[in-house]
Amino acid sequence: MASSFARILSSKRKVGILSLVGAGSLTVGFFLNREQHVNAGAHVRRIYPASAEYPDLRKHNNCMASHLTPAVYAKLCDKTTPNGYTLDLAIQTGVDNPGHPFIKTVGMVAGDEESYEVFADIFNSVIKERHNGYDPCNMKHPTDLDSSKIRGGQFDVKYVLSSRVRTGRSIRGLSLPPACTRAERREVERVVIDALAGLKGDLAGKYYSLTLMNEQEQQQLIDDHFLFDKPVSPLLTCAGMARDWPDARGIWHNNEKTFLVWVNEEDHTRVISMEKGGNMKRVFERFCKGLQEVERLIQEKGWEFMWNEHLGYILTCPSNLGTGLRAGVHVTLPRLSKDPRFPKILDNLRLQKRGTGGVDTAAVGNTFDISNLDRLGQSEVQLVQTVIDGVNYLIECEKKLERGQDIKIPAPISQFK
Amino acid sequence: LNLKMNFTAEQEYPDLSQHSNHMAKVLTLEMYANLRDKQTSSGFTVDDVIQTGVDNPGHPFIMTVGCVAGDEETYEVFKDLLDPIIEDRHGGYKPTDKHKTDLNPDNLQGGDDLDPNYVLSSRVRTGRSIRGFCLPPHCSRGERRAIEGLSVEALGVLDGDLKGKYYALKDMTEEEQQQLIDDHFLFDKPVSPLLLASGMARDWPDGRGIWHNDNKTFLVWVNEEDHLRVISMQKGGNMKEVFNRFCTGLTKIEELFKEKGHEFMWNEHLGYVLTCPSNLGTGLRGGVHVKLPNLSKHEKFGEVLKRLRLQKRGTGGVDTAAVGGVFDISNADRLGFSEVELVQMVVDGVKLLIEMEKRLEAGQSINDLMPEQK
Repeated sequence: MASSFARILSSKRKVGILSLVGAGSLTVGFFLNREQHVNAGAHVRRIYPASAEYPDLRKHNNCMASHLTPAVYAKLCDKTTPNGYTLDLAIQTGVDNPGHPFIKTVGMVAGDEESYEVFADIFNSVIKERHNGYDPCNMKHPTDLDSSKIRGGQFDVKYVLSSRVRTGRSIRGLSLPPACTRAERREVERVVIDALAGLKGDLAGKYYSLTLMNEQEQQQLIDDHFLFDKPVSPLLTCAGMARDWPDARGIWHNNEKTFLVWVNEEDHTRVISMEKGGNMKRVFERFCKGLQEVERLIQEKGWEFMWNEHLGYILTCPSNLGTGLRAGVHVTLPRLSKDPRFPKILDNLRLQKRGTGGVDTAAVGNTFDISNLDRLGQSEVQLVQTVIDGVNYLIECEKKLERGQDIKIPAPISQFK
Repeated sequence: LNLKMNFTAEQEYPDLSQHSNHMAKVLTLEMYANLRDKQTSSGFTVDDVIQTGVDNPGHPFIMTVGCVAGDEETYEVFKDLLDPIIEDRHGGYKPTDKHKTDLNPDNLQGGDDLDPNYVLSSRVRTGRSIRGFCLPPHCSRGERRAIEGLSVEALGVLDGDLKGKYYALKDMTEEEQQQLIDDHFLFDKPVSPLLLASGMARDWPDGRGIWHNDNKTFLVWVNEEDHLRVISMQKGGNMKEVFNRFCTGLTKIEELFKEKGHEFMWNEHLGYVLTCPSNLGTGLRGGVHVKLPNLSKHEKFGEVLKRLRLQKRGTGGVDTAAVGGVFDISNADRLGFSEVELVQMVVDGVKLLIEMEKRLEAGQSINDLMPEQK
């Protein structure tokens, strides 16, 4: 029995060829015309008026709650994306997780690429708040993965212990983790590991499926700090991202353990380049090369990444739109970290600090995870340069304090270049 | 155009190779293929039914159900899947069997004289669903709030021994909350992955609350795992009084709903329809907290319970351990027996257990007291 699969083409890079995928795969049935406005899907079951369905957000502190007025809810609550994703599904995580007075979470997710369009009225406000004023309606996001443009980027290893760049990529035409069916998720896995298998040289590596890995492989991945677990954060589980765990989830890494891809965790893919030491330039070079190679390999098979000129790379969480890039270092700053001007310096350099366990962890022994604040509105090259320049400045401050000299708070760097 | 049908049944079929629950035992690829293009009128699909069972592989020793209903129609549209599960879970109950409902407390014999030296408390609980509304895994906020509204309105009319008050989870004060905790009435947002994976905790605590009578002997949970969970209880061993109040209260509530044009989900095959297939029929769990320090250590304890059609739990409820020799003893069955029959089994069974305990206290044998299989 032949089955059909819809793949949505964009006009980007003039990829217009629908190729038959190899034996055992799906034949192409049809594709949607992307030039038209995305059509709403099936009628949503609704017995009550919007006012009776509107969530109680009075105790909530997240971006969704700040912007989802009853009027916006009423306008959008009967719409669906062509895949059947609804507003209620998109906001469920924000309704279930009221948030914290100090930490403002996003409070909504996308179930597919079309979510950002069908529910633009709420997503655009959330994006604007989360990305410091970036307006998807009239701004364009620059993509730049040319690592040769990077200046400097080799840090003093007396201070910088490790360097890392991560991002995510979504496969166009397949629903995102909150909404994907088992078969879609398996298809994401198939497409991605097929491409990764084509990587060569220092990028050649191996895939470890979460359902199939043996005890030794599991232990090795834990020792390497590569293994990801079933999400426990209610922010993720309430959005439905942990369904069917561990089906079609896995970890790929190159033999040298410097390039790592997570499959079907919070996004279709999370791509990570890293090394011990301070050679951020090389980390970013490998990052760009790996991403571009993977993109080329999936395009050979008629696939592409979700991307558009306003939102850049499309990922599940609006906070990761644009570059989806977090470039950072683990850096020891014993004196600077105790200086009361430290937070302001970071702020002006458009950097953020985290503990060395990642988001929502505390620093251990004066070692911090320092990375870029921004994701959207600046290119990959710009953001990595920001981190390089910023970390160099922090190290200079630390050295000055070592010598008993005073430090200066730098002028705030401009956000959208 | 249903894009969810882009892939074949084989490509969508869950990997159940590591699973041990009722759903996994029954759901073959062929069955999945037959069911996956169906949905109830409210849009509940087979994937929705089985999600909790896919996400919770289960345990070789404890056989969970692995399925939930999203509405009354689920049990009809997906009967190919649910009938065998019901049969396996409810002791061979066939798709053609009829379930008897009997909420006449006068039909219970005895039960007012369980030895209070042993029986610390008595309790009967069940659930009810309001016909026409989707069940907790699937209901919208609007539906859930409507269920709450109707329930609070009906309960507000109860008087006499049943007169009481409603505490909405999202509006209760600190003092009210503490009092409800002290009374052991307060229910929390579910943490069990069995419940979370089916979507029952969405929008918490919106539309949820606790109602209880002033005497604190009749309690109703609104919109937790079912539309309504109804509990009658008191300290001591007067199960007859507990069951009286249970029947009177339930019957009164049902009348009040009918006056407003609503009825409970019920049919003559499945009895009362609830979210989990394990609670069909009577949805009734009647039990006592009883001290059995000697009997519980006896090698035949398990066998005795089995023959009496009873089950033991710790005093914290399902999946807890016994403390200080005190056990929660209740009926094992839900479907295929009436409410009176099940509570009769508890009353008669607990009487026998106490007799055995007394024998063992006195250093005597219990062999002659061994019951036949009910």
